Amino acid sequence: MTATIRSEIEAQFIQVAQEQGNRLAPLTDDLALLDSGLDSLCFAIIVARLEGLLGVDPFTLSDDVLFPVTFGDFVRLYENATK
Amino acid sequence: MSDLIAGTTLYGRGEELCGRSVLVMTANQFTTASALIELDGIARRIVICPPDLAAAHLPFVIDTAEVDAIVSDRAMFSFGSPRPLIFCPCSKEIGSRNYERTVQYETEWVLLTSGTTGVPKLVLHTLASLAGAIDTGNHSAEEVVWSTFYDIRRYGGLQILLRAALTGKSLVLTSMQEPTTDFLARAGAHGVTNISGTPSQWRRALMSPAANRINPNYVRLSGEIADQAILNRLRSVYPGARLIHAFASTEAGVAFEVSDGNAGLPAEVIMQTPDVEMKVEEGSLRIRSARTASCYLGANAPAIKDADGFVDTGDMLELKDKRYHFVGRRDGMINVGGLKVHPEEVEAVINRHPEVQSSLVRTRKNPVTGSLVVADVVLRRSPQAAVKLDMREIQDDIVLLCRESLSSYKVPAAINFVPALAVGESGKMIRCNA
Repeated sequence: MTATIRSEIEAQFIQVAQEQGNRLAPLTDDLALLDSGLDSLCFAIIVARLEGLLGVDPFTLSDDVLFPVTFGDFVRLYENATK
Repeated sequence: MSDLIAGTTLYGRGEELCGRSVLVMTANQFTTASALIELDGIARRIVICPPDLAAAHLPFVIDTAEVDAIVSDRAMFSFGSPRPLIFCPCSKEIGSRNYERTVQYETEWVLLTSGTTGVPKLVLHTLASLAGAIDTGNHSAEEVVWSTFYDIRRYGGLQILLRAALTGKSLVLTSMQEPTTDFLARAGAHGVTNISGTPSQWRRALMSPAANRINPNYVRLSGEIADQAILNRLRSVYPGARLIHAFASTEAGVAFEVSDGNAGLPAEVIMQTPDVEMKVEEGSLRIRSARTASCYLGANAPAIKDADGFVDTGDMLELKDKRYHFVGRRDGMINVGGLKVHPEEVEAVINRHPEVQSSLVRTRKNPVTGSLVVADVVLRRSPQAAVKLDMREIQDDIVLLCRESLSSYKVPAAINFVPALAVGESGKMIRCNA
């Protein structure tokens, strides 16, 4: 299941970067999201699409959610939310 | 800042601009700031060009604001305007002034805001109305360094420029294309104490490993609805800071501030804000104060204020447990990270597609940018027939069409095909508020 979530997230990063014409950095766990080449609009679209695909938006589950800083944080946020 | 006030970046040509309607169109914020400071009191009117103004709208702006001079740091290009224009270059270097600068005009300040059809609206202010919320008597010895994620060519950023300029404090500006992380590090190095941005800009800042490079004692949010999540997050990252979320718009001016760290506003804020009268009528917030704009420029422009002098913000409020909460816009306008999207403009583009019969553009809540644009589309042929057309291809086609003629934040993030759109008794499509 976990592997599926990660690959789903990776696929969305790649897809949205392509659609928006942004160059995506290699997706490693310690990649800072702000260095990924994606802007806020890209992240907004990714989060919206992932909600459709995974049925969860971890950012709105609580008012005290930590903002992810790295790609690894982002994946873990979804992995924990779908547990 | 004091060098700017004493010097010139217009190569000492400010005198030639005396009494003119001057379009300030510069590629970076610093040159805009310096030109504004130099021109106030000298020009009859200053028109501030936002960074994303489409070149196609320039002739309209020049005409409507009766522009007869342009200050720019860019090479001159042809505007296709019959009006004779003075072109005055603007430098990044501050020179010493070779002319006596005497204040001769109560300069009109014109800000641009987006209109429903994509053509900008020109909003008329004075320095007095723009600075109405600023305590200029506050020249305290307290070390204050301002900064903002906003662009100073928009209302929210201009407020911060004026705060710094009128109270004699420093200001750290963002630079075009500068990564958020680099900006935060630079702001931290300059000891920024007071910093403002939209909730979306703050969300982006908090995604940066450099978020802790600044240590502000005043954090301000405006330009979008501040939800509890971003307020909580800012409270925990900057525990020592005063956390303020404010309501302001280009037309209505700065209306109120909320400092209790909770989303929405206590009902008494509406009743008891000094210098600003507010009321909620037909669900929307109405504002009367000396800080509102006086009018839109242009022969056929709509009125900004009603007969009693109130500006209808079009922002809908709902009262829950003695607190008002913003629930959306009457006109369906969508706020994507602080940038306005008028559904009609996007629908007009979608409706150009040969397979599209009609469309409705609406907002979808989003935890990163507050809102995203989505579109419901009715096809000319029935969906059954359209299956053969390959729906995916039509979707991609519509998105491509939008991309060609709209800024990226206006392009729908999702296209849904629906059998029909709800139409009200007036014959118009029913738009939801939120």
